[in-house]
Amino acid sequence: MNTDTLVKSPEVAAEPSRGASSNGRVPQGHRRLLTRRDRLTLGLMAGLPTILHVALVWVTALASIALAFTTWDGIGFDAITWVGFDNFKELFTNNPQFWPAVQHNIIWFVALILIPTPLGLLLAVQLDKQIRFSRVYQTAFFLPVVMSLAVIGFVWQLIYNPDTGLINSLIGANEPGHYIDWIGDPDLNLWAILIAASWRHAGYMMILYLAGLKGVDPSLREASALDGANEWQTFKNVIFPTLRPTNTVVLVVTIIEALRAFDLVFVFNKGAEGTELLSILVTNNIIGESSRIGYGSAIAVVLLVISLAVIIPYLIATFRKERQA
Amino acid sequence: MHPSSLGQSMPGTSRRAVLRGLGGAALLGAGIPLLSACGGSGTSSDPKTVTLGSNASDAVPKKAFAGVYAAFEKESGITVDVNTKDHNTFQEQINSYLQGTPDDVFNWFAGYRMQFFAAKGLADPIDDVWEKIGGNFPDAMKKLSKGEDGKYYFVPLTTYPWAVFYRKSVFAQYGYQVPTTWDQLVALCKQMKKDKLVPIAFGDKDAWPAMGTFDQINFRTNGYDFHVELMAGKASWTDAKVKAAFDHWAELLPYHQEGSLGRTWQDAAQTLVSKKAGMYLLGTFVAQQFTNKADLDDLDFFAFPEIDPAYGQDTVEAPTDGFMMSKAPKNRAGAVKLLEYLGTPAAEELYLKADPSVVAASRKADTAAYSTLQKKAFEMIAGAESLTQFMDRDSRPDFTSTVMQPALQKFVRDPKGVDSLLSSIERQKKTIFASS
Repeated sequence: MNTDTLVKSPEVAAEPSRGASSNGRVPQGHRRLLTRRDRLTLGLMAGLPTILHVALVWVTALASIALAFTTWDGIGFDAITWVGFDNFKELFTNNPQFWPAVQHNIIWFVALILIPTPLGLLLAVQLDKQIRFSRVYQTAFFLPVVMSLAVIGFVWQLIYNPDTGLINSLIGANEPGHYIDWIGDPDLNLWAILIAASWRHAGYMMILYLAGLKGVDPSLREASALDGANEWQTFKNVIFPTLRPTNTVVLVVTIIEALRAFDLVFVFNKGAEGTELLSILVTNNIIGESSRIGYGSAIAVVLLVISLAVIIPYLIATFRKERQA
Repeated sequence: MHPSSLGQSMPGTSRRAVLRGLGGAALLGAGIPLLSACGGSGTSSDPKTVTLGSNASDAVPKKAFAGVYAAFEKESGITVDVNTKDHNTFQEQINSYLQGTPDDVFNWFAGYRMQFFAAKGLADPIDDVWEKIGGNFPDAMKKLSKGEDGKYYFVPLTTYPWAVFYRKSVFAQYGYQVPTTWDQLVALCKQMKKDKLVPIAFGDKDAWPAMGTFDQINFRTNGYDFHVELMAGKASWTDAKVKAAFDHWAELLPYHQEGSLGRTWQDAAQTLVSKKAGMYLLGTFVAQQFTNKADLDDLDFFAFPEIDPAYGQDTVEAPTDGFMMSKAPKNRAGAVKLLEYLGTPAAEELYLKADPSVVAASRKADTAAYSTLQKKAFEMIAGAESLTQFMDRDSRPDFTSTVMQPALQKFVRDPKGVDSLLSSIERQKKTIFASS
């Protein structure tokens, strides 16, 4: 009964307090309950965050969308010129970096799902077995997640630097003739950087799955052991299905990671040949002394549309589930 | 400091700047002018103080400038209130900074990027200053300091040339001659390759060094006037002249250091330091990488060889740094006095004493204290018929950073695709230059 009201919508939840205050004479009692000071405090507490939220989230987002249909160099409001869909036309047909950027964002997502996610799950399952030094391993694998991606970029530069980096120095690939340019070669650099990104992402996934595994009822394992299932069968038929909620979280987190990929690449080679990303194109066009704010906003809108296309189905599914429950 | 001032269209951005940019086009674009509009009026001006916005955040230039301002204060009794910002941040914010409540005088660069703000009405013309200091500068510097309207907007202080650097000992060891024509250069490259040297050191990870190579080859092939027109968006990138410049470049590319897109200029310079490379085309700041005194003494340079005899070696790429006056300065009389002082040989000498990595823009500054390298650089600039700045200072920075940097990287990797590359550049150029 109690829990029922909590799950219901806020209006319903607010009802009891209103009713309890003055035996049915709702309006007056409600007014008397709050002094002027209370109302002021409440107004400030609710109003300030609302204003901030509207100004910093909604106004800016809507302004970006509006600016995407203009050209503007950021100097004076009278310099804003309405150009309709020109920015998008230019972007889709004329910008040699745009389609590679979209493609790389997709590759980024697929790679994160295919490599570090199963790896994180594997690590989590192994660590969940209470092996010795489990904490040490956990810490070791989780450490990259704590570091800023920019720092990770610097660390991996030391490994990938084609002249003095670890790999090329070890295998002697820094000599003319058999030179491997991990950072500059467009056939290599995306994968090189994805390895760095995966190195971090695996630890993140591991922690999420570890938390999920802790929630698996031990009696389920016991039951499957009694049924004579081996380890793989137990995992496949018993454990993994119970990880369903975790998998949803993992999927969402990975999509977000793929869409917001930026810092690592920016440190690595600033999104040059082979590593273009939408977020970097936005930055390149907006930051600077004579920026192309309209054009940059158009790219940002594309990124927004892609994000919405991913997020809306997820939200719909989540809300539907809640309503059913 | 100088290398970063070249790559500033997309420099090693500070994290805060990046976040601000991502924070939303609207917030950055619309919010800042609004805020600054509010603060614009209140402050009363103090006739004894001039405010100065400085991008000299690195230790050496910061200290050198402090000495210059102290000398000015002593001479005039006017205090210089310096507001120093991180070098790259200063450049990224210049747009909103100049629209807000800028300082009376600010550090900036000569060339198109000075003219851009002048044309936007964000800087005050300073013809009155040039009446006093005009005699101190060669004609090429005067040309550099004018806006498109023919008025002066800029007081140059320091400059440095781009040239081909080499080790005297390496040239002596193999008996190489300094090449003065294109054919000699190519022949020298071939010989160096035979001698197991990397003919031309090259690193384009930061995307701006390739612009320097293009500049040299283009104004040697097509002359200064065409180069300026091309940079100003007037000439077409699909012009046969541009193609000819890229053809020359393609001929030279096989002699450039392999894997350049993954290498910074600093790492490329190390191959010259370690005598593995024969030549390196860069600005004189390459000397910063020669930390050993003996190595530095061994360093020398020559002007990029002639390609078309009609133009010879008349143009020198010499990025010039100096000062501008913001629109409606609070203390204009004081600002004029400061700029007049900064245009004197005395101010330049004082600066160069503390920062010997550049040379004076003025022809009257005393060169007695110069190193051999500095003297040669100074003569090269003084003898030039025309000075260029650098691609991202001679053209719209949004064009150079979003179109040219990736395009040149693409060319360096795949010189065969030049035709479609040039038409793509031209198409993108048209929309950018048409936008404002």
